[in-house]
Amino acid sequence: MRIDLNEIQHWIQQGSRILDLGCGDGTLLKFLIDTKQVQGYGLEIDPAQINICIDKGLNVIEQNLDRGLGNFADKSFDTVLMTQALQTLHFPHLVLDEMLRVGKECIVTFPNFGHWKARFYLATRGRMPVSDLLPYEWYNTPNIHFCTFKDFEVLCRERNIKVIHRQVVNEQSGQTLKDFMPNLFGETAIYHLRK
Amino acid sequence: MPNQIPADSVGLVTPQTHRFTAPLLLACGRTLDEYELVYETYGQLNAAKSNAVLICHALSGHHHAAGYHSMDDKRPGWWDAYIGPGKPIDTNKFFVVSLNNLGGCHGSTGPRSINPLTGKAWGADFPMIRVRDWVASQAHLADVLGIDVWAAIIGGSLGGMQVMRWALDFPQRIRHAVVIASALKLSAQNIAFNEAARKAIVSDPNFFDGDYIEHNTLPKNGLAVARMIGHITYLSDYAMGEKFGRDLRSGSFELGNDEPVEFQIESYLRYQGDSFANTFDANSYIRITKALDYFDLAREFNDDPVSAFKQTNAKFLVISFSTDWRFAPERSHEIVNALVGANRPVTYAEIESKHGHDAFLLPDERYEQVFGRYLAGVKI
Repeated sequence: MRIDLNEIQHWIQQGSRILDLGCGDGTLLKFLIDTKQVQGYGLEIDPAQINICIDKGLNVIEQNLDRGLGNFADKSFDTVLMTQALQTLHFPHLVLDEMLRVGKECIVTFPNFGHWKARFYLATRGRMPVSDLLPYEWYNTPNIHFCTFKDFEVLCRERNIKVIHRQVVNEQSGQTLKDFMPNLFGETAIYHLRK
Repeated sequence: MPNQIPADSVGLVTPQTHRFTAPLLLACGRTLDEYELVYETYGQLNAAKSNAVLICHALSGHHHAAGYHSMDDKRPGWWDAYIGPGKPIDTNKFFVVSLNNLGGCHGSTGPRSINPLTGKAWGADFPMIRVRDWVASQAHLADVLGIDVWAAIIGGSLGGMQVMRWALDFPQRIRHAVVIASALKLSAQNIAFNEAARKAIVSDPNFFDGDYIEHNTLPKNGLAVARMIGHITYLSDYAMGEKFGRDLRSGSFELGNDEPVEFQIESYLRYQGDSFANTFDANSYIRITKALDYFDLAREFNDDPVSAFKQTNAKFLVISFSTDWRFAPERSHEIVNALVGANRPVTYAEIESKHGHDAFLLPDERYEQVFGRYLAGVKI
């Protein structure tokens, strides 16, 4: 399982009601149901991923996040999750607002575009970074709104969003350095948010 | 019928009829002292009786959902694409029951049946039927078949309404509810189309206030127009354009040519209307469209579908089709949102299709995948 998913469980209450935005193949949802007995729904738009969720017996609902969460009532979920999908949205800031309206708390994870490798790639080659973490060419990528940890925290401040916890996780190198200079050495951030 | 039964067909099937002698109190307040339901079954009921699936049909459907009645049949049952060995409703796994609803005209008691009190056809005097009456009678059929709990109840369109009614009225008797191209209630536009269809029927001079059987005639023209109206709403603009376009069946637009022009779509609709009018009963059509109009799952719950679905125990699969404007995806969203609000398990897929409302009957790769994978997960 992806390292960010494994960390998320610590912030999820036993038996809580969760909504997973862009739930993918349902790995996290299934994991939280099995370990935390949560009552959960996942939203997804990719038919192939939806099929896998169905195979797992998950409550998966086909819904495009860019159309908002207007169909969910205020504070109707304990936690609204979104892992590695923020950067794929047309209006990440609006979806974030919606997440905090629908959920009492939110957990968001995203890749750090301020990671030194991305910075180095851009600085030395003068081209948009392509790596094993970010494997897409700029013109054909689902990731249309990259940000750095700093960018995200500025957005949170502007919108009065409270960061309850932040954890930086690295799949690869820089395990010590990431704690020292997260925005330079952290690969993925997990934010636990409240309004 | 092909010379050989296809390997993924349920094969030759024979309808059965059960006569119910216990009176059935209908929602309208009247009682049917006795009645018959005709049904077919596919697959084998297991020893635990835990693999039974009920198919609820839509407006023009009936009990013959899969397989063939004889080697001379031109076509299999109406949902043969989805019922059979290895198909989404897999008859290697499930015992499938498909019936003709009360008030219909394909063998179950309806307006063309003899009223035992008068010895004549019921005709216009046949009671008005509601979705809950169908569900109540289906529950009696389940009793007869020894089925306490359905593994799944499945229906498209009006059939989906029966599925939701089942989940509400008999929460302990249904484990999975599959609601396809359906709605919590009809929109004003839906009711308008139904009323136009009914008006066509009652305006036919051969209708005789519904007692046409007594007059040895049938309001075929009115029923054909009713079907034409309905049929237009089942197809998408795109599908109609692709299939017929502005192609002519006869005549031409050449100047100086007085010959009348007939478009392919005109001929097609007339054929659909006429063949329907030969096999369907006008009083049944009126009753079934009224049942559609009256259906409103949340009415008894202060128009709050969330409260309604809190009564249910089943796990839901909801499916809609992108170009369906009769029961648009938005109608399915309402079902899904209410289920989520009620904290009930639900899976929802919106199938990209060109075929409008009819898509729920037609082969489609993604539809088959979602449907089949979901039912593969149903424990028996």
